[in-house]
Amino acid sequence: MLTLYNPICSLYNPIYYTTIMAVEYDGGVVIGADSRTTTGAYIANRVTDKLTPIHDRIFCCRSGSAADTQAIADVVTYQLGFHSIELDEAPLVQTAANLFKASCYRYREELMAGIIVAGWDKRRGGQVYTVPVGGMLVRQPVSVGGSGSTYIYGYMDSNYKPNMTKDQCLRLVSGALSLAMERDGSSGGVVRLAAISETGVDRQVILGNQLPKWSTA
Amino acid sequence: MISLGQLVFQVEYAMKAVENSSTAIGIRCKDGVVFGVEKLILSKLYEQGSNKRIFNVDRHVGMAVAGLLADARSLSEVAREEASNFRSNYGHNIPLKYLSERVAMYVHAYTLYSAVRPFGCSFILGSYDQDDGPQLYMVDPSGISFGYWGCAIGKAKQAAKTEIEKLQMKDMTCRELVKEVAKIIYIVHDEVKDKAFELELSWVGEVTNGKHELVPKDIRVEAEKYAKVCTTTTSLLHGISVTWVQNNSTFKVFFPHFMVTN
Repeated sequence: MLTLYNPICSLYNPIYYTTIMAVEYDGGVVIGADSRTTTGAYIANRVTDKLTPIHDRIFCCRSGSAADTQAIADVVTYQLGFHSIELDEAPLVQTAANLFKASCYRYREELMAGIIVAGWDKRRGGQVYTVPVGGMLVRQPVSVGGSGSTYIYGYMDSNYKPNMTKDQCLRLVSGALSLAMERDGSSGGVVRLAAISETGVDRQVILGNQLPKWSTA
Repeated sequence: MISLGQLVFQVEYAMKAVENSSTAIGIRCKDGVVFGVEKLILSKLYEQGSNKRIFNVDRHVGMAVAGLLADARSLSEVAREEASNFRSNYGHNIPLKYLSERVAMYVHAYTLYSAVRPFGCSFILGSYDQDDGPQLYMVDPSGISFGYWGCAIGKAKQAAKTEIEKLQMKDMTCRELVKEVAKIIYIVHDEVKDKAFELELSWVGEVTNGKHELVPKDIRVEAEKYAKVCTTTTSLLHGISVTWVQNNSTFKVFFPHFMVTN
């Protein structure tokens, strides 16, 4: 997905050439990301948190330029917070996703940002929306993003089934992410997970030595 | 220099303008909202269906107005823009509570400055969507907006409110409510002062799949028939009571709505 060489952005900008993933289940969503930020070949941050809260029950997974995605996330957090106060109720995930799309599409020439918006709202439950580079918006039950995502499409297609439980989703996401981190040089570190539901957000970290092992060596 | 006291009077005068207009009512039931407007026909030359008093603000939102029609039309454009901008920015239907607050804020702004006059119209907004269900809000010239189960604006609003309070609207469906709305409009219509009128009925709810539209002709005709039957019974009783009073040499004017027994 991030195989386009962007002539505007210098390779020495901090980049999340990453693996991010989000899965819907009945009652919420599970999101996950690796933790590597690179500036060229140097790992600038090996414990990055790419799962950013936008609102109480809405998160986004960021891939692409670190600065761009942080800036967009800040803008959307402000807009959504204001909107939520005006409405006097919790915002919809769909609203957050549309706000991301508005920024990503309007400034598509200047930005390099692939974002997955996921969360829970009381009207439609758990939802996952993907806003890839270019500013498209589409809702999907499962979505993967980042450079490492290419290695796990097959795993996802064969292992994802609709109506999974929260624990099955957690295992699916941690398994997929560790596979991607194994193969993609730009992804690595720890696996950060978050499960978002009506009751709240439950965050976890799976350290390197605790990751599911896939290779026999 | 206009004093603050006078600015407040302007708002009250605006509300009087609304009270001179013919009645409009809106009632919320368990699966939708129904609007009914008593549209007085001032000239036989008018084309039927012209000078609409019910507007479409968005696919799922309707607006019934009373007062200066020109002011109401301009406000309906404001409401349409709000709803459209919301959908464009946030990707889904505007919640009615938010829309009515935004339009009410706009109306209120015109009560703050001496260079402009307050809007001389009240309106009732109603909507139906999957998530919130049926909603009904009323905005008046002072810029205040309240949510209602049933409300009335215009010259016979007190009488209409009395009628509306008798209904158990929370248990009714749109189809039942259409007939009751027609009946109320026929009841509050003053045959003596205002002669001909056209009944404008519209609804939005499950029955229309969430789309605000005028009630189809056949259902409207049926509702009007029901309304006429109910009010004829009333007029008969009215006739009897007036005769009795005159015999006793006391002159009182009885309005039909005080004689409602059904």
